[in-house]
Amino acid sequence: MDKPYNNKAWFLVIPVFLLVALSAIIPIMTVINYSFQDTFGNNQFFWAGTEWFQDVLHSDRFWNALGRNLVFSMIILSIEIPLGIAIALTMPKKGIWVPVCLVLMALPLLIPWNVVGTIWQIFGRADIGLLGHTIEQLGFEYNYASNVFDAWVTIILMDVWHWTSLVVLLCYAGLVSIPEAYYQAAKIDGASRWSVFRYIQLPKIRGVLIIAFLLRFMDSFMIYTEPFVLTGGGPGNSTTFMSIDLVKQAIGQFDLGPAAAMSLVYQLIVLTICYVFFTVMSNVGVDKPDARVED
Amino acid sequence: MDLSWMAWTLPTSLFWVCLAGLLIGMGIWEYFSPGGNPRVGILRFETTRGDRLFISLLGSAFIHLAWLGLVGPNLWWALGLSLIYAIGVFRTV
Repeated sequence: MDKPYNNKAWFLVIPVFLLVALSAIIPIMTVINYSFQDTFGNNQFFWAGTEWFQDVLHSDRFWNALGRNLVFSMIILSIEIPLGIAIALTMPKKGIWVPVCLVLMALPLLIPWNVVGTIWQIFGRADIGLLGHTIEQLGFEYNYASNVFDAWVTIILMDVWHWTSLVVLLCYAGLVSIPEAYYQAAKIDGASRWSVFRYIQLPKIRGVLIIAFLLRFMDSFMIYTEPFVLTGGGPGNSTTFMSIDLVKQAIGQFDLGPAAAMSLVYQLIVLTICYVFFTVMSNVGVDKPDARVED
Repeated sequence: MDLSWMAWTLPTSLFWVCLAGLLIGMGIWEYFSPGGNPRVGILRFETTRGDRLFISLLGSAFIHLAWLGLVGPNLWWALGLSLIYAIGVFRTV
């Protein structure tokens, strides 16, 4: 029997459409209009064609910021995902310590991003911060404001501290949903701890792991507030990620045309990743048609 | 209503009119053939015709950017390439 369709339901979408029009469509229309023009203020615009896009695509500044974004995302993913799994595996599955661990894990996620930046800004200072002071006492020179390596280490540590909990909580949710019978069967077969992880736990948390991976990739790729508060993009441009560069160009230099072009290229990249994210999430656990067993 | 702050120009207006036209066209197509024609194509996951339009538009944007960065500002060839790409997407994805 054919599925009935009622297209009148589309009218129910109108309120949301109006809301999105005000918050997203009209601003993006303006950004696209700006990206093809130059302005000197006072609402005067001059047609520039595709000049700003060419500038962005041929600019080292843009590619360097994109490269920094990708390197940053790769580093934090390679730390946060294994660390998150490891912590989730060691968390208790029952008893009084479960809520304690969950609350402790959730705490960093509840702190506003600019506050996280401020916390680590103070934490990393050699004169008053615990981290900076301890490192200096150990005999190492540490200054995230003047040393590129120190700045990167501090930003990575900050992100790991802030977001590993998300991976932990997602993995933990996946782990507690595994039925006890799997573990009992593994015990009867004399499986090692590694085998239990490799053949039972890892396949069972595959779905949440993909979500955690993509969520962290998206978030880290769009990172702005924490590094902006901590280093302001410095020293030099060493921690200037694309979002920070964009704000510098649009608000700092008032180069609205080039900034609009750059933001559109940035948005296209984010939109593509979002689509991959959405597609993978929608297809996690869905049987492929050719994988189905024919009767 | 004064919309001069949005800095409208004829080419950007045409761009938006084309986009709106595509969406209206898809709406009419959906009205006459409801359900979105879902199928599994070469990407090995189910897509509706809305997905295929989205993939076409996204890919076309990248084709235009690549042309602009690698070849030059004359984008007519990029437009032609995008149309061929979109036809390919609608037939195979």
